[in-house]
Amino acid sequence: MSIPLPVFVAVPLVTAFLLPIFGKRGKRIATLLANLATASLLGLAIAVIGKSGVYDIGNWSIPLGINLVLDGLSSLMLVVISTVGTAAMLFSARYMEQYTAKAKYLSLFLLMITGMNGVVLSGDIFNLFVFLEIASIASYALVGFGCGAEELEASFKYMVLGSIASIFILFAVGLVYGNTGSLNMAYISKAIQASGLNLGLTFALSFFIGGFSLKAALVPFHAWLPDAHPSAPAPISAMLSGILIETLGIYALARILFNVFGISLHTGWILVILGLASMVAGAFLAIGQWDFKRLLAYSSISQVGYVVLGIGLGGLILAKGGNPTWASLALLGGLFHLANHSISKSLLFLTSGSVEMSTGTRDMKKMGGLAAKLPFTRATCTVASASVAGVPPFSGFWSKLILVIAAVQAHFIWVAVVIVFVSLCTLIMYLKVQRHVFLGELPDPLRQIREHRGAMVVAMVSLACLCILMCLLVIIPSLRSSILDPAVKALVDGLEYSTKVIGTQ
Amino acid sequence: MLYALCFLLFMIGLYCAITKKNMVKIVIGIVVMEYAVNLFLIMLGYRTNGIAPIIGKGDLNPETGQVLSSFINGSVDPLPQALVLTSIVISLGSLALMISLCIRIYGKYKTFDITKIRRLRG
Repeated sequence: MSIPLPVFVAVPLVTAFLLPIFGKRGKRIATLLANLATASLLGLAIAVIGKSGVYDIGNWSIPLGINLVLDGLSSLMLVVISTVGTAAMLFSARYMEQYTAKAKYLSLFLLMITGMNGVVLSGDIFNLFVFLEIASIASYALVGFGCGAEELEASFKYMVLGSIASIFILFAVGLVYGNTGSLNMAYISKAIQASGLNLGLTFALSFFIGGFSLKAALVPFHAWLPDAHPSAPAPISAMLSGILIETLGIYALARILFNVFGISLHTGWILVILGLASMVAGAFLAIGQWDFKRLLAYSSISQVGYVVLGIGLGGLILAKGGNPTWASLALLGGLFHLANHSISKSLLFLTSGSVEMSTGTRDMKKMGGLAAKLPFTRATCTVASASVAGVPPFSGFWSKLILVIAAVQAHFIWVAVVIVFVSLCTLIMYLKVQRHVFLGELPDPLRQIREHRGAMVVAMVSLACLCILMCLLVIIPSLRSSILDPAVKALVDGLEYSTKVIGTQ
Repeated sequence: MLYALCFLLFMIGLYCAITKKNMVKIVIGIVVMEYAVNLFLIMLGYRTNGIAPIIGKGDLNPETGQVLSSFINGSVDPLPQALVLTSIVISLGSLALMISLCIRIYGKYKTFDITKIRRLRG
């Protein structure tokens, strides 16, 4: 009871409902308040690193009440969510001046953060669904925020597929309740360990995998992402690609598969295949794109594939009874890549927003030679591209290296080959971005443009610094043992989750 | 048997949401799916000839103060009802958003046919 976990949900929720009061007049105050909220969440998330605890809401002990659980994985996700959230919020302070109704935008933004923090902390499967819906509905509205024809179309497409995914998840929650008689993850896990998987639970598991893969936009289910992410305002694209698909999709999937149902050979293989398909298909589709943000969106599918591959590979090795060292190495690679991808992809989307704001277009054929005009954007974009593609000194290189080592050691040589090959494709697509956006001839219509400085540059530069410094998280042992190792351990321990949660009350 | 019918309703909704070309019909399909899941949740807690799960004075054991097992075995499970209440509220919210999106899209494209609303490609 020592850590007041509901604060993570309460702070953004209360601020979100306060903001619309300010309306048009108090836009500055609203922006300031929203930035304060995200910054304080970042502070809180850093303060709880390395701690773990269970909080019973309203003092109703489980299984009667709902509990919030903080463990290594949740705390890693909290830090990543609030880092990206703070940067995107700072960027919005200037960027969203182009749109009307800024206060509404800010409150939807905070609702999205509320939902994600809730998903990450929830220890109750229905509660997880409710928070997932809060985050999803806020994101549907934010995708269509511009109210242009294309934005609305993308938002509708996203909303239809997102709603179907949510209904799948709700159906699976119902099936799990019917078969185990509990909604608390720890008790469900206990019941499954006692009785084993029956037909209904297997059915529920497949619905969970389908629903969360739709939310995570893994390849057979990816149709909505390349439309939805580019249509949103740039800071929202950064949030959606950087963190929303990872929290609602991958985190929830990993939590359910590893800690509730227990990873098996079948689910491990499903994850590996979904991951590989996303990596390859996403990279190939991205290379052919000429829309800056759409290229980034396809690249997100590809990078999320790496995360799923790492998690699936780790699970597969665990389920086979292989060496747990390599399993935790694969999981470490996956989770570290999750953090890397969040930071670098959100930075890329922010730079794309800066470019779009200056040039008024997203078509890379109409750009060129912007390096001299937009020096900060150019520098940060190069750092982020290098990090995503896995160029050595940057953080993306380390996570991919860890994945390759784990794959080779576990005798999945072909997986390692695919990882390296997709990295190469990623490098090609980011060279294309550099070549067509920042280098070459400056077209005549763009002679007069200038960079928007201030909060936007601060947000971009701080994320770029993180891109470089993140590698310290794995290199320095004390940092690794405080942030990444507990997250890996939460997954490796698997079904011991239930005894930990029930035992620590 | 009832569960199979409920699942059939779910599949009808899914079919409607996937194959129909009219936006409003897609929304109706999604709503049908939501209702099927709500029905499923209610059926999970249903008991034939069950009693309402409200503990009265007569349901307590006069000596120990514990709830009688006849009450526990005879009453309907109240938890799914709470779940359905929550899920109805959520689906109401998403339905309102979906319908307003449909109206705004109709204002832009002058059609509900999704095959004609295709400005995004690739």
